[in-house]
Amino acid sequence: MTIALVLILVVVGSIVFHLFSPWWWTPIASNWNYIDQTLIITFWITGVVFAAVILFMAYCIFRFRHKEGRKAAYEPENSRLEWWLTVVTGIGVAAMLAPGLYVWGQFITVPDEATEIEVLGQQWQWNFRLPGADGQLGTSDNRLIDSENPIGINPGNPLGQDDVVIEADDLHLPVGKPVKMLLRSADVLHDFYVPEFRAKMDMVPGMVTYFWFTPTRTGTFEILCAELCGTGHAFMRGFVIVDTQEDYDAWLQEQSTFAQLSTPTKLSAVDDTRP
Amino acid sequence: MVNMVDASPQVAENISAAEVPEVELYHPKSYWTKYIFSQDAKVIAIQYSGTAIAIGLVALVLSWLIRLQLGFPGTFDFITPEAYYQFITMHGMIMVVYLLTALFLGGFGNYLIPLMVGARDMVFPYANMLSFWIYLLAVLVLVVSFFAPGGPTGAGWTLYPPQAIMSGTPGGQQMGIILMLVSLILFIIGFTMGGLNYVVTVLQGRTRGMTLMRMPLTVWGIFTATVMALLAFPALIVAAVMMLFDRLLSTSFFMPALVEFGEQLEYGGGSPILFQHLFWFFGHPEVYIVALPAFGIVSDLISTHARKNIFGYRMMVWAIVGIGAMSFIVWAHHMYVSGMDPYFGFFFATTTLIIAVPTAIKVYNWVLTLWRGDIHLNVPMLFAIGFIVTFVNGGLTGLFLGNVVVDVPLSDTMFVVAHFHMVMGVAPIMVIMGAIYHWYPKVTGRMTIDWMGRFHFWVTFVGSYLIFFPMHYVGLVGVPRRYPELGDATFVTDSLHTLNAFISVAALIVGFAQLVFLFNLFWSLRHGKEAGGNPWRATTLEWQTSETPPIHGNFGKELPIVYRWSYDYSVPGAPEDFIAQNDPGPTKEEAAR
Ligand code: HEM
Ligand SMILES: [Cu+2]
Ligand SMILES: [Cu+2]
Repeated sequence: MTIALVLILVVVGSIVFHLFSPWWWTPIASNWNYIDQTLIITFWITGVVFAAVILFMAYCIFRFRHKEGRKAAYEPENSRLEWWLTVVTGIGVAAMLAPGLYVWGQFITVPDEATEIEVLGQQWQWNFRLPGADGQLGTSDNRLIDSENPIGINPGNPLGQDDVVIEADDLHLPVGKPVKMLLRSADVLHDFYVPEFRAKMDMVPGMVTYFWFTPTRTGTFEILCAELCGTGHAFMRGFVIVDTQEDYDAWLQEQSTFAQLSTPTKLSAVDDTRP
Repeated sequence: MVNMVDASPQVAENISAAEVPEVELYHPKSYWTKYIFSQDAKVIAIQYSGTAIAIGLVALVLSWLIRLQLGFPGTFDFITPEAYYQFITMHGMIMVVYLLTALFLGGFGNYLIPLMVGARDMVFPYANMLSFWIYLLAVLVLVVSFFAPGGPTGAGWTLYPPQAIMSGTPGGQQMGIILMLVSLILFIIGFTMGGLNYVVTVLQGRTRGMTLMRMPLTVWGIFTATVMALLAFPALIVAAVMMLFDRLLSTSFFMPALVEFGEQLEYGGGSPILFQHLFWFFGHPEVYIVALPAFGIVSDLISTHARKNIFGYRMMVWAIVGIGAMSFIVWAHHMYVSGMDPYFGFFFATTTLIIAVPTAIKVYNWVLTLWRGDIHLNVPMLFAIGFIVTFVNGGLTGLFLGNVVVDVPLSDTMFVVAHFHMVMGVAPIMVIMGAIYHWYPKVTGRMTIDWMGRFHFWVTFVGSYLIFFPMHYVGLVGVPRRYPELGDATFVTDSLHTLNAFISVAALIVGFAQLVFLFNLFWSLRHGKEAGGNPWRATTLEWQTSETPPIHGNFGKELPIVYRWSYDYSVPGAPEDFIAQNDPGPTKEEAAR
């Protein structure tokens, strides 16, 4: 008896919590509102199923609870009902999977005009590299990493000389331009995660992983590490600052290229800033 | 529609007379062989269960410490980030492997399989005994790691390399990770000895008349889970051995060229993702290794206490087997954002969502078993209902995480933590508790104290829901998992801190309610009401033993003969609302009437 009531309360309470609690995702700042929409569809379908199953169960408990003289029905199987339920479930699942796979297709298809930007994670900070005037990143390798070459750019590769190196500092991006984030790690797994962008991807030493997005509004967004990377995991923070094109250009002017950093005079500026 | 009561006398006529003389084996000579180095599956079951629950209590206490830190960050100085990571790692690993797997298979499997299929014991009693002692050794090695220099590993229960064996992780360059891997290897060896037993006993040890399609779903669930475990654990054991080599012998199975705090390490050429594939090839089936026994047991609890046959038995069996098989081709849904080839996402999202269909069927059939039943809200039934609620909730959020693109924002956040606690934490634990209340009278001969059981149920059910339902939203907001502190990101609001504190208080209350449960179990040993042989008026063989608790050899001189399936409740025309499986029932003429 009480349990039937409590089940109804569970359903009603869950729905009320979902609709009225203050805890909801951060306002989106990328093109991935498709992901949000798929998530909403999923919330709807699963919410309806949850309410239907639990309420039906509450009804059964109330209606068929033991009373003097009650006898249960004897009904081992009912193939029609079972098939019917299977088909309806299949349709519901397909209704979630189809948009999901469609959006995934977009997620992994990087537009040609996307600028490549490299992120190098290390315990426990973020470093970045932007292509220089030639628009291309030079090759790199963890084996080349040392105090003078913190992200392991191949000094013999001419493409890398004009790459802009940002060690343990904020990343700026121009608003409205698609970017392909090339993710590397110097040591352990990390994961580049900005809640407002919705996208995230692990960074694996020995591999270059990637994802793409287009920032859709200016602002300062915090980078979190989302893959356990040791005791500093929760403190591995950084910022992405999405700028208007002018602000971005101004910021870019002030950054140093790999070639500049490699000249002895500049070297002292590249202090070890690891916490 | 088939006639499920086909059982009947003709079958019995084909069966040779029951015999089985008393065998030497069934008479242990001394206290030591009777209670300690026992080869009786029932004693082994209790040894397994006691050990699993004891180490499970450690994991419970760890969950309090975790929640204290998350609810009241900065208040407890001794919970450093190092300690926090050690707590979550040990908590997760113990709960999944050393508590749930051991309790369902080693505990319930050992107790119930021989009794339910009408066997005297497991087919290889000696290996069965060894299985427990090796398990105990595995647990002890795990416990030792708490006291080893540097403490236990803090690599997360997934133990992902490279960090698991590096110095930035607690225990990575000390004993922690080594002891963890050794303990897992021991666990798997011990489990394999038991597991082979459970499988062979089900296949070879059934009594006459007990066809596979007459077995209770409990046996089907444990059997299928064991087969899966025998196929899945090898992936873990090789991963553990390879990681041990990487750590101790400087091989590079999982270790690419890398730089640790500015220093180039010797490793090179290995693949961290290879470990993840091996781990999840074990890890996903592991979820079902815990879930399938729960599915089976809960089916029997619902059927017995609703006095109604389980709805769609054959579909239930096929769903169990189908889920078991399918679950070997979904593992990479844990790796959508791992950096593996993104095209895998299409395949694994599809297989994952397909599994939802047989899983949903199971849920429908449980609920439809209640429909037109005669529902006795006994304590086991309450827990079964609690299971359905939490399992449905957790199963549905699985559709978020399985649907590859929806997983992208949610993966590695507290949403995942909430999801898997609902579906493989709270739900199976509900079944375990319901099952303990259900079979306690058979194991001890006494009933548990009813009001304590009800109190325990209400606090646990309502409390767990209050812990884990809001936790989904903590993840949706953006909080990553495995964060001892949130820092000051934009989404970290005062209200979020309040919510975290609320969850922590609920967790402490739920935790303490478990003490009532334990008290009840001990107190009822002496003070519980006498139960008699079959207090729930159930049909399956374990309730039909001549003695309660059953003696070594289970069934006295004669093994039961089985005439019918496990679910003859409320059969029209029968004198009572249940017919035991070994009840020959009315003759053919009477039945035809
Ligand atoms: C009162 C009960 C429980 C509470 C309050 C609780 C709480 C927690 C919390 C707060 C975390 C850490 C989340 C994070 O920051 O990543 C955690 C992790 C975990 N828990 Fe539980 N838990 C409980 C029971 C269980 C049970 C029964 C299981 C069995 C499946 C379980 C399995 C895990 C696993 C696998 C992890 C992940 C550990 C890791 O991240 O490596 N927990 N739990
Ligand atoms: Cu990190
Ligand atoms: Cu899985």
